[in-house]
Amino acid sequence: RSDLALNEQEKDLNQRLRRLYPAVNEEETPLPRSWSPKDKFSYIGLSQNNLRVHYKGHGKTPKDAASVRATHPIPAACGVYYFEVKIISKGRDGYVKYMGIGLSAQGVNMNRLPGWDKHSYGYHGDDGHSFCSSGTGQPYGPTFTTGDVIGCCVNLINNTCFYTKNGHSLGIAFTDLPPNLYPTVGLQTPGEVVDANFGQHPFVFDIEDYMREWRTKIQAQIDRFPIGEREGEWQAMIQKMVASYLVHHSYCATAEVFAKSTDQAVHEELASIKNRQKIQKLVLSGRMGEAIETTQQLYPSLLELNPDLLFMLKVRQFIEMVNGTDSEVRCLGGRSPKSQDSYPGSPRLFNSPVHKASSSQTYQTGIGDVITDHLHFLLSPGFDSNYCNGVSSSKGHTLAHSHKSCPRTMPSPELGVLNGSRGQQTNVGAEVEMEVDHFSNGVSESSSNGFLNGSSTHGIDLEECDGDMEVDSAQSKRQLCGGSQAAIERMIQFGRELQSMSEHLRRERGKNSANKKMLKDAFSLLAYSDPWISPVGYQLDSIRREPVCSTLNSAILETHNLPKQPPLALAVGQAAQCLSLMARTGSGSCAFASVDDYLH
Amino acid sequence: MMACLLEAPLRISVLSEVTATSRHYVDRLFDPDPQNVLQGVIDMKNAVIGNNKQKANLIVLGAVPRLLYLLQQSSSSLELRTECAVVLGSLAMGTENNIKSLVDCHIIPALLQGLLCSDLIFIEACLRCLRTVFISPVTPVQLLYTDPTVIPHLMSLLSRSRHTKEYITQIFAHCCKTPEHQTVLFNHSAIQNIAPLLISPSDKVRMQALKCFSVLAYENTQVSMTLVNVLVDGEQLSQVFVRMMQRDKPIEMQLTAAKCLTYMCRAGAIRTDDNCIILKTLPCLVRMCSKERLLEERVEGAETLAYLMEPDVELQRIASFTDHLVSMLADYFKYPSSVSAITDIKRLDHDLKHAHELRQAAFKLYASLGSNDEDIRKKITETENMMDRIVSGLSESSIKVRLAAVRCLHSLSRSVQQLRTSFHDHAVWKPLMKLLQNAPDEVLVMASSTLCNLLLEFSPSKEPILDSGVIELLCSLTQSDSPALRVNGIWALMNMAFQADQKVKVEIVRALGTEQLFRLLSDPDTNVLMKTLGLLRNLLSTRPHIDQIMSSHGKQIMQAVTLILEGEHSIEVKEQTLCILANIADGNTAKELIMTNDDMLQKIKYYMGHSNVKLQLAATFCISNLIWNEEDGSQERQDKLKDMGFVDILHKLTQASDPNLCDRAKTAMQQYLA
Repeated sequence: RSDLALNEQEKDLNQRLRRLYPAVNEEETPLPRSWSPKDKFSYIGLSQNNLRVHYKGHGKTPKDAASVRATHPIPAACGVYYFEVKIISKGRDGYVKYMGIGLSAQGVNMNRLPGWDKHSYGYHGDDGHSFCSSGTGQPYGPTFTTGDVIGCCVNLINNTCFYTKNGHSLGIAFTDLPPNLYPTVGLQTPGEVVDANFGQHPFVFDIEDYMREWRTKIQAQIDRFPIGEREGEWQAMIQKMVASYLVHHSYCATAEVFAKSTDQAVHEELASIKNRQKIQKLVLSGRMGEAIETTQQLYPSLLELNPDLLFMLKVRQFIEMVNGTDSEVRCLGGRSPKSQDSYPGSPRLFNSPVHKASSSQTYQTGIGDVITDHLHFLLSPGFDSNYCNGVSSSKGHTLAHSHKSCPRTMPSPELGVLNGSRGQQTNVGAEVEMEVDHFSNGVSESSSNGFLNGSSTHGIDLEECDGDMEVDSAQSKRQLCGGSQAAIERMIQFGRELQSMSEHLRRERGKNSANKKMLKDAFSLLAYSDPWISPVGYQLDSIRREPVCSTLNSAILETHNLPKQPPLALAVGQAAQCLSLMARTGSGSCAFASVDDYLH
Repeated sequence: MMACLLEAPLRISVLSEVTATSRHYVDRLFDPDPQNVLQGVIDMKNAVIGNNKQKANLIVLGAVPRLLYLLQQSSSSLELRTECAVVLGSLAMGTENNIKSLVDCHIIPALLQGLLCSDLIFIEACLRCLRTVFISPVTPVQLLYTDPTVIPHLMSLLSRSRHTKEYITQIFAHCCKTPEHQTVLFNHSAIQNIAPLLISPSDKVRMQALKCFSVLAYENTQVSMTLVNVLVDGEQLSQVFVRMMQRDKPIEMQLTAAKCLTYMCRAGAIRTDDNCIILKTLPCLVRMCSKERLLEERVEGAETLAYLMEPDVELQRIASFTDHLVSMLADYFKYPSSVSAITDIKRLDHDLKHAHELRQAAFKLYASLGSNDEDIRKKITETENMMDRIVSGLSESSIKVRLAAVRCLHSLSRSVQQLRTSFHDHAVWKPLMKLLQNAPDEVLVMASSTLCNLLLEFSPSKEPILDSGVIELLCSLTQSDSPALRVNGIWALMNMAFQADQKVKVEIVRALGTEQLFRLLSDPDTNVLMKTLGLLRNLLSTRPHIDQIMSSHGKQIMQAVTLILEGEHSIEVKEQTLCILANIADGNTAKELIMTNDDMLQKIKYYMGHSNVKLQLAATFCISNLIWNEEDGSQERQDKLKDMGFVDILHKLTQASDPNLCDRAKTAMQQYLA
């Protein structure tokens, strides 16, 4: 039962910390959650999950003082950080109740009370004084004793610290604090016991209200930030950014209209934009084979010079084959080559009537056999063969009664833009965060965001299609390679080609772990009876076409000496990068300035 | 001078040119074609926007009565009537003189009449103009209440639109200045009607509704008690106010919400230990005192905080350590700062205007902080230059500052420690005495009350004050019409007479005069009577003093004592009187005044058998003094009293359950045994 309670507490703690410090990346800078059993003086005893501290020394002289630090320093990205300490016992009678609560840097002597040494800060209970890296205190607040709850708040924006007593703020105690301080408590009296609250429980002081004030301050600062000294300069820059964004993503019509109405020149020929648009549409609709072909036609040397890019495109093609969307398997299947899956990201662009697959059952027999026949070849050694059995034994599940396909209608690109950006916001954040080290890469990945419309659901798709179809078919009755035996054969063969291409690449250009992983992940799809709901099934999601599309688009643009990502995406990426850089260099205001807040 | 003369004709010509165009606008209001009139009003509207000169011209040229006529005429089209209201609203936006002219033209009843129309647009235009007129300081707010049907009608219009909500609440918030106004609004369901507006989507409406509550609840128990039970969308009103105090809300909203809760708390509707007071309202008000806030906000914050915690020592303690409040207030004295003079003249002007307000607010808050707790008083007096600031505050030209300074001094003067140290070191008695010479009553009350404390026996300031001719001053205070001043005057004299020299006592009696002394003994105010008896008791202390005073005023004093003992007075008054009698009984010659007064002896006997122990004790003390052995004639007195049956009573009292009384009786009995 206590385990259960502990789990609850843990959950509470995580929830509270996430709410209080959403900007903190705990993989990089973990938050303090308890006292450190390693970073303490021997007179300190810890209990209750390292939250309770008791003194076990003699307590005769200041030489008997003992402190303990929290497990981690306070991350700057908290913006405002807060913890509380409850005095459980002031210690044995007949002693002066020396007790200090505060902060110290790593390496500060633990045989001392917080505040006595350089880079150490404390508020002491016996006299209510504050100690700022000095053996002599300054009058600061009231004294504190058994039953009192003392809070310590570090403001990482202006590098100050204030304390609270029983929920009342006592005012600034320290200014000009150094970065990377640890919550610290020190005791010097036998019998002293204190409990820490790093977020395990609700705080007595309303720290969230204080945070609200600072969030408002920072946001007002951003809103009031002076821009563009000269008249119109700011507007012109914004217009340029928008125009370049439209061109980059090949929204030709919109770009043309926009450029005209804002009186700007477009730095790329219309034909070229249209070419890119064509390729992008193919990629985004999953027709990789055609996309590769078209690219080779329009930009003959591009893929030759970029074998890694070609490899990536081909791996994607393999995935689309599994998906049943690639043109090569499509023509082998029961569908007309012209028809295709609606691209779920932009339902309005590819609306279509439904078409029933004919007698799919016949295709089903033997799928498992075909796959198992080839699995030993496709999968890397050590792959559990049980998975293969799983596939063949669950044939029934892959039966499809019908599936839809939507003939292509030429969409107006404007719609894509308008619908585009909103649903993708969360992705921007996620992707940008990953790219901290390879700035430009990351940006290019995220640059396709506006283009896509990942948030809309299949459900909406179906409603917009004409009547005679089963509504849930798209989700649950998907079939490998569209359910065609011949397509499966082609897919297997393509897999072999891919395998040999990979080996060739390795010989030519040396090991490439990214390529290796890409291939392995793609092949893993075949190990599951229903790849769509498997752990590697995410690859089949149309949203995964976006980075491929964007990388290809960037590569094409680069050959034309155009920037491989639009300035708008660059600016967004830079802002995000700037925030994470601020977090690392100790500028706490990054906590209250999320890029997402400004992407509407 | 020359330049002026040269310029004058030019100015006249410009003016006549301007009035000519203005006249044209007015003339068009009289056009026979109503369509032309409407166009004329619309053109006038466009001409006056933001043009104060044009507004003044039109008013001088008599546009207002005509506009009002058109507005009231039922034959006018609604469009015309509405445009008239808009133009009038625009004219009201100008200077205070404009408002005065509009009010003189009876614009208020005309617009209020307009509210009876059914057209919302017209109503909104009228309300907008009324709002502008009523929020001006030159408009008598009473005009809103002259017609008793107005308030209920406004209540009924309240929820019509976002604009009616905003304008009407704004009118209420500005026109609720007295308890009578509060009652009128309360009786017309102001609370129920306005409460839902606190969660309106419009910031302006929310803010004005909140202001309404702060003026309604101010020192009003009825309103406050009702407010605590009001629910807004299922939430208690106090919680709605708490949310409005969140730190990301506009400062004005935080401050006004804190005022509402403060008033509710002071009216007893919310306990002082309620979390919404202790953890929300108090810290919010402390924040309002911080340097980051505007000067006006800091003044209001400090005054409201002072008011909130005045009666509660726990709140005073919490505030005293919240956010360095005590030292934060020291900053209130630094305006105008030397920096503000350098940076710009506008800033200096602004600072100067608020400097007095800031100082008085800080003094008030210090006074409230230090009214109970000795440690807080110490903390206050240790604040930088605090005593100097009080001393100079006592002689400032602004009465508000002087009053607040003396309140602060009074609060601190309750500390024995401070009286002995800082008060003496800074010779605060000097400006205090000066203040007492010539000041309005409210200042005098505080100053004399402070003086009472400075005249306490252990106060080192007592001596120099005595030498400064304070007795005459205090005696004159006892003749004041204000009971508070009479109390303070006699109280100070009482403190002064405590263990004083013969010379001082004689001087007090002489200066006060027995006539005044006896007038005070029949004062309708019990406090005055008590302190006068206290003075008598202090005058009649050591034996030679007793005899001397009794020899000259014995007859009158005995008369007064008789009168009080026979009258309808409280136990405390009678006890004090019996104590005086006991003092008289301690004199050598004075005691004969009692011994020869059988009526008095009977009274003493009566009180020895009284049901109240305190009176028994005092009476027994008196007898004990009369029969004391070591003095001349004690035997005769003992015999006489024995004959009167006192011994039996004493004997009975030795069995009393009260140990003090029992001891006292036994001691007295021993006099007989010796």
